[in-house]
Parts: sequence; C-alpha cells; structure tokens
Amino acid sequence: MEMLVPTIISALLMGMLFALVALGLAIIFGVMNIVNFAHGEFLMVGMYTAFLTATVFSIEPLLTLPIAAMVGFLLGIASYYFLVRYLLKGPMLAQLLGTFGLMIFLRYLAMCIFGPDYKTLEQGVLIGKSIKWGSVVLSYPRLGTAVLSLIAFGIIYWLINRTRLGKALQATALDVEAASYMGIDTERMRGLAWGLGGATMGIAGALLTNFYYVFPTIGILFCMIAFATVALGGFGSIKGAFIAGLIMGLIIDLGGTYIGPHHKFALVYLTYFLVVVFRPQGLFGW
Amino acid sequence: MLKVEEIEVRYSGVPVIHDVSFHVNGGELISIVGANGSGKTTVLKTVAGTLHPTKGSMEFENEDISASTTVEIVRKGITYVPEERRIFGPLSVEENLKLGAYIVNDREEMEKSLDYVYGLFPILKTRWKQLGGTLSGGEQQMLAIGRGLMSRPKLLMLDEPSLGLMPKLVDEMLEAVATLKKEGNTILLVEQNVREALEMADRGYVLQTGRTIHEGTGQELLETDIVKRAFLGL
Ligand SMILES: Nc1ncnc2c1ncn2[C@@H]1O[C@H](COP(=O)(O)OP(=O)(O)OP(=O)(O)O)[C@@H](O)[C@H]1O
Ligand SMILES: [Mg+2]
Repeated sequence: MEMLVPTIISALLMGMLFALVALGLAIIFGVMNIVNFAHGEFLMVGMYTAFLTATVFSIEPLLTLPIAAMVGFLLGIASYYFLVRYLLKGPMLAQLLGTFGLMIFLRYLAMCIFGPDYKTLEQGVLIGKSIKWGSVVLSYPRLGTAVLSLIAFGIIYWLINRTRLGKALQATALDVEAASYMGIDTERMRGLAWGLGGATMGIAGALLTNFYYVFPTIGILFCMIAFATVALGGFGSIKGAFIAGLIMGLIIDLGGTYIGPHHKFALVYLTYFLVVVFRPQGLFGW
Repeated sequence: MLKVEEIEVRYSGVPVIHDVSFHVNGGELISIVGANGSGKTTVLKTVAGTLHPTKGSMEFENEDISASTTVEIVRKGITYVPEERRIFGPLSVEENLKLGAYIVNDREEMEKSLDYVYGLFPILKTRWKQLGGTLSGGEQQMLAIGRGLMSRPKLLMLDEPSLGLMPKLVDEMLEAVATLKKEGNTILLVEQNVREALEMADRGYVLQTGRTIHEGTGQELLETDIVKRAFLGL
C-alpha cells in the first residue's frame, strides 16, 4: 500500500503526456471529423527527430523540442495537402483507409531507414535522475515531461481559445459553411489543424524520447491510448482530453502495478469499450 | 452594384437555376420572392461564392465575380446571412459577432462595428456573454444579422430572416431590415412574407422554378396575377 501514493503521482505525470497526445488527435478530429490513424506515427517521427538531432549533434535532448515541433507541424501540413484533402472527396471508407495507409507508410519507412532496433538516449539533463521526497521517488524524465507537456498543452489551449486564429479554427470546427461566410479560409484552417496536431505529436515524441525506447512501431501503442483518451474525454473537447489523459495515466499505471504489467494495455481497450457502450459522447462531449 | 445575368447553376450536374437575372443598385432594398424550392437560397449562395454559375455572368462593382471564392466575396464586401441562421452555438454572442469581423484587421474599426450592431440590437448587448445556442429564435436571428454586418459590407444578403419566428417577431424583424435600409445599407432580401417583403422593397423579382419571371417595383409585383394567386391567396 505504501506504493500507492508514488504510483498515483507518477501516473498523473504520465497522464499529462497522454493528455498532450490526445490533444493533437482531438484538434484534427474536431476540425475535420476525420480520425487520423497515423497519429501514433507522427509521435514516432517526433521521437526519431529528437533522437537523431540529440545524438548526431550531441545536444541536450530538451533542446530538440522546437525542432521536433517544427517537423511535426510540417508533417501534419504535408499530410493534409498531399493526402487528406483528396481523401475528403472520396467516400467515408476512403477516408478511413487513407490515413491508415499513411500510418503503414510512415511506420515501414522508419523501419526501412532505421531498422527495427530499440534505441535509447543515454545523455541529457533529465535522463537517469530522480528526486526523493519522503517515501516518494519521482524520476526526472517523468517530472520534466509532465511539466513541459502541461506548458505545451497550455500554449495550445491559449492559441485555440484566446486568439483570432484559434476562434477561426473553432468556427471551422463547428460549421465549415458558416465559417466561410465570415470570410474564413476554411481550407487553410484545416491545414492548420493538421499542422497543430502534428506539432503536438512532435513535442510529445521529443519528450517521450527522454525515458522511452525509440523504435519504428511505437506508434500503435500511443495511437490506441490516444483514441481511448479522446473517446473518454469526448471527441473534440480539449478539456476532456486533459482530464481523460490523467485518468488514462492512472488506469495504465495503477493497473500495471496492481493487476499486472501484462494487462495494463488491455485495460486501455476495456476503458475504450466501456466508454463506447455506456457514454459514447465521452465525459465532456456533446 | 451587383449585376447577375442569365445564370445557370447546377447541383452535381443537375441544373436548378436555369435563367436568373437581376441587379442591385447601391442603397436599394431588393426582394426576391418565390415558392419553396424555386431556388432563392441557391441564387444567394451563388452570389456568396459557395456555388458557381455554369452559364451567364455575375459582376460586382464592375468586376467579374462568377469564379470568386467565398473568402474573396466577403473581402469584396458582400456578406450572406444564411437561412436558419447558422449561429456558432457553443460560442458567446460577442465571439459570434467578432467572427463576423474576421476580415477586419483594425481593432478600432471592429469595436466601432460592435457598437453599431449593439446599437441596432440592444438585446444582444445585454446578452453579450451568453452562448449563441441558448438564445431564443428571434435573438439568434438578430445575432446572425449582426454578425453579417460586422464587416460593414457594401451588400448584405438576408435569407429568410423571419423564418420560424412568431408573427409579432416577424414584424419586428422586418422593421429592423427596413431600419438597416434607411441607414444606407444595400440589402438583397429573400422572404416568405411576400406582401411585407415587396411593400418595403424598392424593387423586386419573382422566381419560379429557377427562372426570374417578373421584375418591377414592389407595388407592380403585388399587382401581378402570379403574386396574387400564388402568394397572397387572392
Ligand atoms: N445541396 C443540394 N443538392 C441538390 N439539390 C439541391 C440542393 N440544395 C437545394 N437543392 C434543390 O434546388 C432547388 C432549389 O432549392 P433552394 O434551397 O434554392 O430553394 P429555396 O427557394 O431557397 O426554397 P425555400 O423557400 O424552401 O428555402 C430545390 O429543388 C432543391 O431541392
Ligand atoms: Mg431557401
């Protein structure tokens, strides 16, 4: 039982990263009503970007954040303009399979370039350190990641709720046609949503690199967590993504500790299933 | 100011507007009347740039606008207040209005427009923080019109502003439209309340299955057989 408090704290910290991962998906879904199956692969690209930048130029991993954000942003925009834009003209199934195809493409492209090996960063201000606080031991990477996730989340929240561009993004999400009557270039807003979603994943990936293995198929894990989180929080709800991210952190870590590590991801699916059956609109959906 | 000539408009290949011509001069209030499904909304959406004519021409201030996008049309100074209002429900009254001024970059100008709209519809001012979706039907319509005015358009297109309102509010709404016209706004109005719409208009057009079949002053049109029979039940 004395493990409970540290586990909860650690779980909440991880939950903040999940919240960030879910946010990216929520933005894209909110504006486009399209599910991005390649979401996890955006994270993977962010991770490789951070990993390679940090190792090749031997710089502090945290400093790779803006670069990973930029790469994620461009990847998101490119996905929209070169793929999704055309998919929208097709039937529903094409939209589903389209981003699924992008997922496979990015995953195996990474496999082809980097090989299947697991890689880890060995050096960085956060890496391998921890802080002891009574009986509670907190790892630096988790702490730092949580703080930076929170900041990134806050900035994006601010961008969407307090700026003119963010309002235009919301208007596009609510009613594309009405938004166009305001003179909003809704096509650009959609591109921007993909860019923001991608940037969010770039940041999340760069943060994750501080304490997690980098490998080509990591996307699927986080994609599933992100889906479950967004479903739990309510599709398109930013507040929902945040709360649900924390809950997802608790489910995974408490489940891993008290039920067994093999089952923790099964719990994610179980949560997803229960939400879909009992509250399909999610906690904060409408 | 706006000149539409012999346009044809199609929905996925099927012509719905066959031959529509009309024009609007600066300062005029023009009414377009017609039965349900005669193509009024389609015509307004075509001017708004959401649809494009497959034949004919459209000019605004002597510039061809038949291929312009909605964003370009708004920037040229035409706004469209859609049928059924299309308020951004989860956003506040003021946020809705500010979105109407999306193309206005000057903050001061935006504040001025806001004052103008609040002056026209004081109820919106008292409700500025309330969510658009929780307003009553009449208030939502005022918000929709106010939002359309926020960019201070040269031409305001209103698509059935009295739709779904109770009779007392219908009169109020049409009075508000008359006030707008008195203040110098140029308005293209589509209305179900044919008598009122034609009485207050400088000129009007009768639309029937995608064709403009009559043109004239409001009074002239009120005396045509088709208007008498089809709309006034005489
Ligand atoms: N998106 C669409 N796709 C196909 N046909 C359409 C579409 N929208 C409208 N139509 C058809 O075009 C014709 C004209 O419709 P429109 O909405 O312009 O009429 P209206 O005069 O505005 O009618 P109302 O008084 O009911 O608003 C109708 O026959 C309608 O069925
Ligand atoms: Mg109509």
